[in-house]
Amino acid sequence: MKIVRPKTEPATGIWGAAGDQTQKQKSGGGDSSGSSSSDAGGQKKLAKKGEDLKEEMDNLIDEIDEVLEANAEEFVKNYVQRGGE
Amino acid sequence: MPLPCVFGSEIEYGITVQGDPDFDPISSCVLLVNAYQDIEDARILWDYEQENPLADARGFHVEGEKYTPNQQENIARNKTLRNGARFYVDHAHPEYSTPEVTNVRDLIAFERAGERTMEAARRAATALLPSGQTVLIHKNNSDRKGNSYGNHENYLIERRTPFREIVEHMTPFLVTRNIFCGAGKAGSENRAQPCDYQISQRADFFETEVALDTMVKRPIINTRDEPHADREKYRRFHVIIGDSNLCEVSTYLRMGTTAVVLALVEDGAIPRSLAVSDPVKVVKEISHDLACKRSYAMERGGRLTAIEIQKEYLEYALRYFSSRSLDPIVKDVLVRWERVLSKLAEDPLQLDREVDWVIKHKLITSYMKRHGVDWHHPQVHMLDLQYHDIRPDKGLYHVLERRGEVDRIVDSDAIERAVRTPPSDTRAYFRGECIRRYPDEVFGVNWDSISFNVGDEPIKRILMNEPLKGTRAHVGELLDSSPTARVLVQNLTTA
Repeated sequence: MKIVRPKTEPATGIWGAAGDQTQKQKSGGGDSSGSSSSDAGGQKKLAKKGEDLKEEMDNLIDEIDEVLEANAEEFVKNYVQRGGE
Repeated sequence: MPLPCVFGSEIEYGITVQGDPDFDPISSCVLLVNAYQDIEDARILWDYEQENPLADARGFHVEGEKYTPNQQENIARNKTLRNGARFYVDHAHPEYSTPEVTNVRDLIAFERAGERTMEAARRAATALLPSGQTVLIHKNNSDRKGNSYGNHENYLIERRTPFREIVEHMTPFLVTRNIFCGAGKAGSENRAQPCDYQISQRADFFETEVALDTMVKRPIINTRDEPHADREKYRRFHVIIGDSNLCEVSTYLRMGTTAVVLALVEDGAIPRSLAVSDPVKVVKEISHDLACKRSYAMERGGRLTAIEIQKEYLEYALRYFSSRSLDPIVKDVLVRWERVLSKLAEDPLQLDREVDWVIKHKLITSYMKRHGVDWHHPQVHMLDLQYHDIRPDKGLYHVLERRGEVDRIVDSDAIERAVRTPPSDTRAYFRGECIRRYPDEVFGVNWDSISFNVGDEPIKRILMNEPLKGTRAHVGELLDSSPTARVLVQNLTTA
């Protein structure tokens, strides 16, 4: 069975955007700037950040639904390899 | 002091042809390898005479037949590329062996160049098939039905290091390192304990501690003693227990830390054995423990978790390098190793930009939550498989990479350069440049030799048993002053 989702933007560039040598740190976690829980502004920011993250994840799953092979059950069943090495 | 490390990886990919009811893996692999255009019309043999896969590091030869195909079959199954790599058919899988490199950043550039080579070959091969058929390639290690294929790592080390010390110290390290470089798998196979998801693709397949085999009864320590270099001086430590990684950071940590620990073993810098009781069982238990909290009985007494075992190796490494000059890449490996172990101790699921099994776990669990499905749903198994699909537009790892969801080590330009040019600081430079400059005169190649057909004279074989010779600094001028292979051979023999 296939879960149908609305179309998203097609992927760009065959090899995708150029990677970066430097590491982007995750936005969550140990970020201490202005996120004190007693601060109402901070709370709001946190909530906004949570919403953004959720939206990003929804967006990602939309794209995954778009590219995931149809007939998953059949595909996975037929995927048989010989042992190697 | 140990050698400057020379590395390489050999990766077997999964292959299938969508829409072909009569799919045959071997003929599909031959089609794939021959569809790839690297140097037009080059017909170069792989020199099997130089191979000796039945020599055992424990000091004996195993009886068996050595594989030597006829000339036509040889050319159909082997391509040596202008970047010094080998792209070939191994049993029923396409395989890519990187050229020899001297650091783990280059290793990643060339391993990923291999992914691009596979993808270019896949597209070219698909174009030759009847419409409706598509070649698909996966960088994974199992079909989840009990069949596994490998990712092999090679590290050149000095022969003086006793093999039993390598076994003693590398076994616990290799058994525990999957916590930061496993590629993740939904379910289990090969009669292993059932589970929803596990850390490693390969743990289910390891059945013995030390052996020469790779296809059956796979060992944690493989004893193949084929250095592809001066036998008196070198060993090639051949690691078969790793998973193929998609995320660059996972490969970087896996091979970077393994090289560091090998340096410690070579210099006798591991003062206490970390041997675990029953490592074959432990490798499977670690794979099932997503929290990384379980502890294991140690031969020296007491119990340690996989993280604690790794931390002890790290501690020895920091001590060892505290009094030595430190290469910036090795330093970066140590920093990341420390950081990843701390994060694993807090909560492994934090590592969702760096560690393949965590990245894939997050993707699958987010998907399950959104669609209300469980681990047994076919879509979940499809996600697990398609994570490894090498197509830039369809592979799920590639989707994440494009969206900036994973950390990188090298940039796209470095990978593209690695498709076209060999590393400059190993003998791969000489191999790759000879293939590029004299494609019609190169007769045969192996890792430690190259032979030329220079007209009516007998074939001239040049031995390259020092992996750190044949570099650009060493042979650049020689090549520039040799317009043909005939002149090159003359220059080499009169030098």
